[in-house]
Amino acid sequence: MELYAQSAYELTRLLHSRQVSALEILESVLKRIEAVDGRPGTLDPGEFTEEDRRKVHAFITLTAERARAQAQEVDRKLAAGEDPGLLAGVPFTVKDIFCVQGTPSTAGSRILANFVAPYTATPVARMEAAGGVMVGKVNLDEFTYGSSNESSAFQPCPRNPWNPDRVPGGSSGGSTASVAAREVPLSLGSDTAGSIRQPAAFCGVVGMKPTYGRVSRYGMIAFGSSLDCPGPIARDVRDAALMLQVIAGQDHHDSTAAALEVPQYVALLEGGVKGMRIGLSPDYFRIAIPDIQTGEYALQPLPEAFSAAVHRAAAALADMGAEIIENVPMPNTRYGIPAYFVISRVEAASNLHRFDGVKYGYRTSQPVQDLRSLYRKSRAEGFGLQPKLRILMGMYVSAAQYSEQYYRRALQVRSLIRRDFEQAFDPQGEYRLDALLTPTTPTTAFGFGEVYGDTVLMQYADQLTVPANHAGVPGISIPAGFASDGMPIGIQFLGADFTEEKILRIARAYEIATQSEEWRKACPQERQ
Amino acid sequence: MKEQISPELFAHLVELAALELTDAESEYLRGELNSQLNAINELEAIPLDASIPPSLHGITFTSQVSAPLRSDVWQPYERSDAILNQAPQVSERYIVVPDIPHTTLE
Repeated sequence: MELYAQSAYELTRLLHSRQVSALEILESVLKRIEAVDGRPGTLDPGEFTEEDRRKVHAFITLTAERARAQAQEVDRKLAAGEDPGLLAGVPFTVKDIFCVQGTPSTAGSRILANFVAPYTATPVARMEAAGGVMVGKVNLDEFTYGSSNESSAFQPCPRNPWNPDRVPGGSSGGSTASVAAREVPLSLGSDTAGSIRQPAAFCGVVGMKPTYGRVSRYGMIAFGSSLDCPGPIARDVRDAALMLQVIAGQDHHDSTAAALEVPQYVALLEGGVKGMRIGLSPDYFRIAIPDIQTGEYALQPLPEAFSAAVHRAAAALADMGAEIIENVPMPNTRYGIPAYFVISRVEAASNLHRFDGVKYGYRTSQPVQDLRSLYRKSRAEGFGLQPKLRILMGMYVSAAQYSEQYYRRALQVRSLIRRDFEQAFDPQGEYRLDALLTPTTPTTAFGFGEVYGDTVLMQYADQLTVPANHAGVPGISIPAGFASDGMPIGIQFLGADFTEEKILRIARAYEIATQSEEWRKACPQERQ
Repeated sequence: MKEQISPELFAHLVELAALELTDAESEYLRGELNSQLNAINELEAIPLDASIPPSLHGITFTSQVSAPLRSDVWQPYERSDAILNQAPQVSERYIVVPDIPHTTLE
C-alpha cells in the first residue's frame, strides 16, 4: 500500500521501526494531493472547467514548505534518539476555521481572506507538538454556516470523493474530503450542529464531536460559542482515538476546556462491548420536515437503507455481547433544529460583530464619510449571504421585545433536550445506556445546487446530529455501508458527558465485527 | 406563508446589523428569514412551564470540570506588533479610522 493511503497509526509504526522517514511520508502525501486535489479554492476562480468537476478541491492553502520543515524536525528527533511524539510524521489538514500562526486563516470568507494568524489554535499546536505534520488549511462553508461547502467564498469548493457531482457535506467538508480521498489520514474539524459528523457520514469516514469542553476552542474562529467543538476526522476509529488523545485536555487559554484527566483512548479501544447497554430510539428513525408554505411539520420515516444499517449494527454489537435496549424515548429530538435556529444565530451575530474593517481582515476600498459607513461597507462587501442572514436573524430573535418569545424559550427547550440524554444515560435510571445508536443523517450526500439556497432545508440536514450539541454530549459517526445511490451511510453513537472512551470502544467493536464485509473494500474512484 | 418580517422591520435589522444590502440580497434574505421563522415557530407549540430553567450550556460546569480562575494579574502579550500588523491602516502604532460620527453639544 502506498504511504499516503496508510492509517496514522500504521505510519507511526513504520516511522518508529525506521522503515520510512517523515519526509518520505510527506512527499508521498504531497504527490497524492497534486494528483487528485486540483486547484485550490480562491476568491476569483474564473471559469469552472470539466477538470475542476473531477477533482477534490479540499484545500485553500497548501503549506508544503512549513510541512517539510516539520517533517525534517521529526526525522532529526528520531535520529537523535529523542521522543518525536504520538503523531510523529503523520500528515494532517486543518479546517480553515482554526488559526495557525503565519498561515492565512480565512474561515472561508472574503472578510478574512487577507488575515494571517498571529498565533496557533491549541488543538493544532498540540498536534504539531506531538510530531504531526500540517500540510495545509482546507475549505469549509463560510464561517462554518452550511452543510454542503457550497457557501465558501473560495471556489471551486470541495467535492465528494465518492462522486464529484455530490457535495462532501459540511461544514468540515474540506476536512472529510481530504481524508476520504486519501490525501491525509487525519484532519481537524469543528462541529456546532453536526459539522464533523454529517460530512464524515457523507464522505464515508470517521468523525467525532467530543464532549463540549473536552477539546480547547482557543484559536478557533467562533460561531456558536456554547455549541462549538473541535474534533478528529480519520479513516478509522483507532486513528480518531489517537488524534483525540493528542488534542484533548485542559487549556489555560480556554476556561471552558475541562480540567479533567484525559483517558488513554487508544489503550482502552479494544475492550469490547460485553455487558454494555446500547439504546435505539424511535425518535431517531423519523424526521420532521417543515412545509415551507404552511409551516406545518410532517413526520417522515427515514429511508429504509438508514434504519437497516443501524439495525445491522445493533445486531452485530449484540453478537459481541452488548445488550440492545429498544424504544428509548428521546421526544425532544425534533425540536433540536428550531431551537438551534435561535440559539446559534444569537451567538453567531454576537461573534460576527468583531469583523468591522478596523482591526484586521477586509476593509472597503470605497471612499467613506465616517466610521459607521466604513463598518457597513466593509461588512457588506466582506461577508457572503449566509453570515449576513445569520446576523440578521440573531439581531431579530434577541431583540428586547422578542427575546422572551424566542431566545429564552429556545434555551428552555435546550434543557428538555439535555434531559432526554440525562434520562437515557442515568446509571440509576430506567435505561442506563452506555450509548445511543442512531443514523447520522437523514439522507446520503445530495447533489450540488439541490439544497443550497434553501436555508431551512439545508439546516434540517443536521436534525439527527444537533441534539448532541445542545446537550454537550459526545458523538461519533462511522461508516456503515452504502445506499443504493452508491453513496456512504453513516451511523452515530452518542454517549454521556466525557465518555469518549466508551463510544470509541463501541465504534471500534463495530469495525472489528464488519472488517471482512465486502463494502469495506470500496475506495473512492481514482480521478487523475 | 406568514410574513413576520416586513420590509420596514427588515430595513431596521439591516441598520442594527451594520450592513448594506443590494435589492436582490434584501429580497432573498428577507424571504429566508421569514421561512426560518416559520420553522422556529414550532417552539411555540411546546408546553413549557416556568420551572424548566434555560440552559446556556449543555454540560454543567462544576468545580470538578472547571479549572479555577487564574489570579487577576496583568499578562502582557509579547508579540503585539504581530496583531497590530493585521490592521488595514496603522500610524505610529495607532489604528487609523475615518471620522467617528458625533454631535457637538451646545
